[in-house]
Amino acid sequence: MAQIIYDKKRCKGCHYCVDACPKKIITVSGELNDKGYEVVEFDEAQCIGCGSCYTICPDYAITIIKED
Amino acid sequence: MATKEFKAPEMLRTGDPTGFCPGCGHGTVGRLGFEVLDEMGLLEKSISVYDVACDSLYMWAIDTDCVGTAHGRAIATAAGVKRVRKDCPVWAYVGDGASYSIGFQHTVWSAVRNENITVVIINNGVFGMTGGQMAPTTLIGQKTTSSPAGRRADVNGYPMDITKILTGQDIAYLARGSIDTVANINKTKKYIRKAFEKQMNNEGFSLVEVLAPCPTNWGLSPHDSLERIRNEVMEVFPIGEYIERGVK
Amino acid sequence: MADNEVIMKGNEALAEAAIRSGCRFFSGYPITPQTEILEYMSWRMEEAGGEAIQTEDELCGAYMLFGAAAAGARALSTSAGPGFSLYQEAISYLVGSDLPAVLVDVSRIGNALGDISQSQGDYELIRKGNGHGDTMVIALTPASVQEIVDDVQLAYELAEKYLHPVIILYDAAIGQMMEGVTLPEMSEHDINKFDWSVKGIEKGQHGRKITNVSYFCDNMYVGYEKYLRDKYKAITDNEQRWENVEVADAEVVCVAYGISSRVCKEAVRNARAEGIKLGLIRLKTITPFPVKAFEEIGPDCKGIEVVEMSIKGQMVDDVALATKCNIPIYGYLTSYLVPDSEKVIEVAKDILAGKAEEVL
Repeated sequence: MAQIIYDKKRCKGCHYCVDACPKKIITVSGELNDKGYEVVEFDEAQCIGCGSCYTICPDYAITIIKED
Repeated sequence: MATKEFKAPEMLRTGDPTGFCPGCGHGTVGRLGFEVLDEMGLLEKSISVYDVACDSLYMWAIDTDCVGTAHGRAIATAAGVKRVRKDCPVWAYVGDGASYSIGFQHTVWSAVRNENITVVIINNGVFGMTGGQMAPTTLIGQKTTSSPAGRRADVNGYPMDITKILTGQDIAYLARGSIDTVANINKTKKYIRKAFEKQMNNEGFSLVEVLAPCPTNWGLSPHDSLERIRNEVMEVFPIGEYIERGVK
Repeated sequence: MADNEVIMKGNEALAEAAIRSGCRFFSGYPITPQTEILEYMSWRMEEAGGEAIQTEDELCGAYMLFGAAAAGARALSTSAGPGFSLYQEAISYLVGSDLPAVLVDVSRIGNALGDISQSQGDYELIRKGNGHGDTMVIALTPASVQEIVDDVQLAYELAEKYLHPVIILYDAAIGQMMEGVTLPEMSEHDINKFDWSVKGIEKGQHGRKITNVSYFCDNMYVGYEKYLRDKYKAITDNEQRWENVEVADAEVVCVAYGISSRVCKEAVRNARAEGIKLGLIRLKTITPFPVKAFEEIGPDCKGIEVVEMSIKGQMVDDVALATKCNIPIYGYLTSYLVPDSEKVIEVAKDILAGKAEEVL
């Protein structure tokens, strides 16, 4: 179980997280944030809490809390 | 129930968003430095030094003591700060354009004097803030706004490799990381941690160069920029630990 | 004799006075005629518990000074001619960041390829140069070893009063000269005394930013323009320093600083003994230029004699402006030769006889 906290307003739409996710549960959403960047969406139920998306995100937009 | 958090230092999460371009490597590399300082309990005590270049955008993204100095002079400035503030972790966070060209003498001589500071240098092969001109690290054949036909060895010389220049120098630590994959980011973080640990042990000069993307000036998507690091840049600039006092 | 009364060379007295003023960071590079400062600091600074670094060049020296000043220390960098040219970039950043620091130029002849003679050729570099971007510094021009010592303490006080770099300019003659001098008592400077200096924050505190002060002004450059103009005006209004010798009734007034002004003092004494009404305005600061000193010039003045070791007469424009171009300006301008007091009087006689040629 992992909780994903996604701060859309910080996202700049690089989509590094989409490539980095080993479970491929992050997808480009088609939605634009206030700055006009295309943000992503998460299938949280399938998240394993590995933190890869956090690690590769250059904009501190993602926080993962993994409960063991 | 135990939890594990993947969470950037609060100052980075709660401050204004950084001014870096989408996909820029600065956001990741700088965060690694601040994460390490935070995990070592040193973030508040730290003093960061930037020069006039993209790195300076951290001045407003992190709420710690910061010094902004002239282009290429961050390493000399950091050495001056550290000489009178020996109890503070002091690091220069800078780019390859400045550190390997206009300020190269300070990079080398801070190493020669074994100044007890940590230097993190972004290697993205271009001058970013001025719009993507050729840097000392630009690869042969790489097109930039000041090498429009591609860098030529007969005109511009070969890419500068800091690990070759500092080989054999008696410094505390020298490593090169990359942020092209999660695994390499984690490895790079370990290098930066070692660098700060050595500073806090008063072992002297530590330098970590990090291969990072500049999608804007490379004219590539963020995705393709990471591919380029893997396929082209790491061929010329291999990652790993090069100098570790007492070990290698 | 008290311990503080010694005979010292100008350069070494500067170094000792800096340490006694609480300077605990020095950066330098060997260059004649100021190398004694580096050599003296290389053993003395450690005794005082500070850091003296021989840097790879003056660029590094100036930026280590910048870093030490940002961290709250009293810092010093010294050089001559070409090395001081390399300081220019950092001086711009010291001004832009409101950092107090003291830099010294011991001037020497020409571009400094070869000859090491004394000269006063760096006047414009210090008075009108000092970096890019609308910068102005405070520049002190001592004329004796004692005045070097006094000016070091003054320089730190002014630097910290205005949060601004202060330059001490003197020529090789004074730097190399040995004279009796009274040194100040040893004092310590608390590097934590300034709130603005970087030192690491406590939990809950905000980080300090040493960068362009304009970032913190209302509407950035709108506010900064006023801030800097007010600062320059305060410096210009309050920090003009000079010594007038027999100026009020003088028919010829010499204007000089440094070693040239000492010669002029002798000339005034000898000329007066001959019945020639010679006077002297001795500049103790060149920035701000002591315009107020010229108010004492009386109606009998027939001409100004600029006495300066500069081929082109670098002071002449400033003197013309200070006198509002109302008094003819003549010159006794040398380059590597220290002016001669008899020649100063000869030129004054020529001026009075209408035989001298105006320099402007």
